[in-house]
Amino acid sequence: MIPAAFEYHAPASLADAVKLLGQHGDEAKILSGGQSLIPLMKLRLATPRHVVDINGIAGLDYLKEEDGVLRIGALVREADLEDSEFIRARYPLLHDTSRVVADPLVRNLATVCGNLAHADPANDHPAAMLALGAEVVATGPRGERRIAITSFFTGPFATALRGDEVLTEVRVPVPLPRSGGAYLKLERKVGDFATAAVAVQVALDPAGTCVHAGVGLTNAGTVPIKARRAEGFLRGKPLDDATVRRAGELAAEEADPVDDVRGSAAYKRDLVRVLTARALRLAAGRAGAGR
Amino acid sequence: MMRVQLTVNGERHEVEVEPRLLLVHLLRDVLRLTGTHIGCDTTHCGACTVLLEDRPVKSCTVFAVQANGKRLMTVEGLERNGTLHPIQEGFVQEHGLQCGYCTPGMMMTSYAFLKRTPNPSEDEIRHAISGNLCRCTGYVNIVKAVQYAAARLQEGGA
Repeated sequence: MIPAAFEYHAPASLADAVKLLGQHGDEAKILSGGQSLIPLMKLRLATPRHVVDINGIAGLDYLKEEDGVLRIGALVREADLEDSEFIRARYPLLHDTSRVVADPLVRNLATVCGNLAHADPANDHPAAMLALGAEVVATGPRGERRIAITSFFTGPFATALRGDEVLTEVRVPVPLPRSGGAYLKLERKVGDFATAAVAVQVALDPAGTCVHAGVGLTNAGTVPIKARRAEGFLRGKPLDDATVRRAGELAAEEADPVDDVRGSAAYKRDLVRVLTARALRLAAGRAGAGR
Repeated sequence: MMRVQLTVNGERHEVEVEPRLLLVHLLRDVLRLTGTHIGCDTTHCGACTVLLEDRPVKSCTVFAVQANGKRLMTVEGLERNGTLHPIQEGFVQEHGLQCGYCTPGMMMTSYAFLKRTPNPSEDEIRHAISGNLCRCTGYVNIVKAVQYAAARLQEGGA
């Protein structure tokens, strides 16, 4: 399959990339990992006249904790998270997520920021970032602005990014003491999108009471879902079996799946219930283990 | 058209390409390195796997222009002076192929994996090759082939 013809740009700076977006508007697409964009172009579901390749821009591949925030630059690949012992130990939710995005070959190119900017409700990082309370940084002609992840996804494949902005960073707050997270995904085979998946992040006080809870749902609606009622229910309670089960029921009520080739809406809703409870048990165990 | 310079299996090339040309087509149709296969053409199967700066990627999902200034390795680069690489030897000795269509991609992924993980567990091997589909073998002999290569490389086979 051959994509439609386009003009290729490889700017050497972010300023040049932003300028190109300003010039070409809706006719331009950013190419980072390309693992969603290129398949869409080959199917001619996307036919951008201009492709702006940001891979040659130096200094966008940082992955570091700074001033209470984990900063993930635009060119950090999924494989970078998967291979990082630091991420595995300190951000198990992100590590779990990076291991189930597509497959290992795709993860060598696919970027975390691209996974968010593409805004496919079936992508895995949106739910993880909703659970973690992340922010994204959009860089445009007037500089940078930060967007809370909760207001970033405006519809299927649509975000709060303006036409002349590049998503340059995602910022994850450093976990509280006694925090743990987990991402559980049911996929028919490696490389498939989730039938459903659940991201959870919890923090416990010394007595084991939940003081913070984030719950995000993948492929359970037309946009990534933050299960606010489940989160609210968990706060202030010990994560015992009854609490975890009830949170799963609430998350299932907040899910809004549809019937498709991966299963019926009823099946997927039940999957959200089960996966939420399992992810909470795993996350609570990790929090208790001093993660 | 755009001018692209790249190094494939140690050899430098300079070619003129349309931006929409996929890397796999550059390798097969322009450079005539037809060992790299096209399977699904939809980023699923991994038959087109090549190494881009040492990392295995699906060459059907990279534009040739993105390889400008980069170092690539294809299955043709495994053999040295008529001697099979231990990973190739492993696929022969352990019967790691039947139809052979997935084999170039399988070997490139395994080659890169063993560089990073010289002494892997079976689970690690299965995770590493999970982006390469084989419809013949059931993977059992492919895993054995990778284990064979790991052992040979550990004893200094290449």
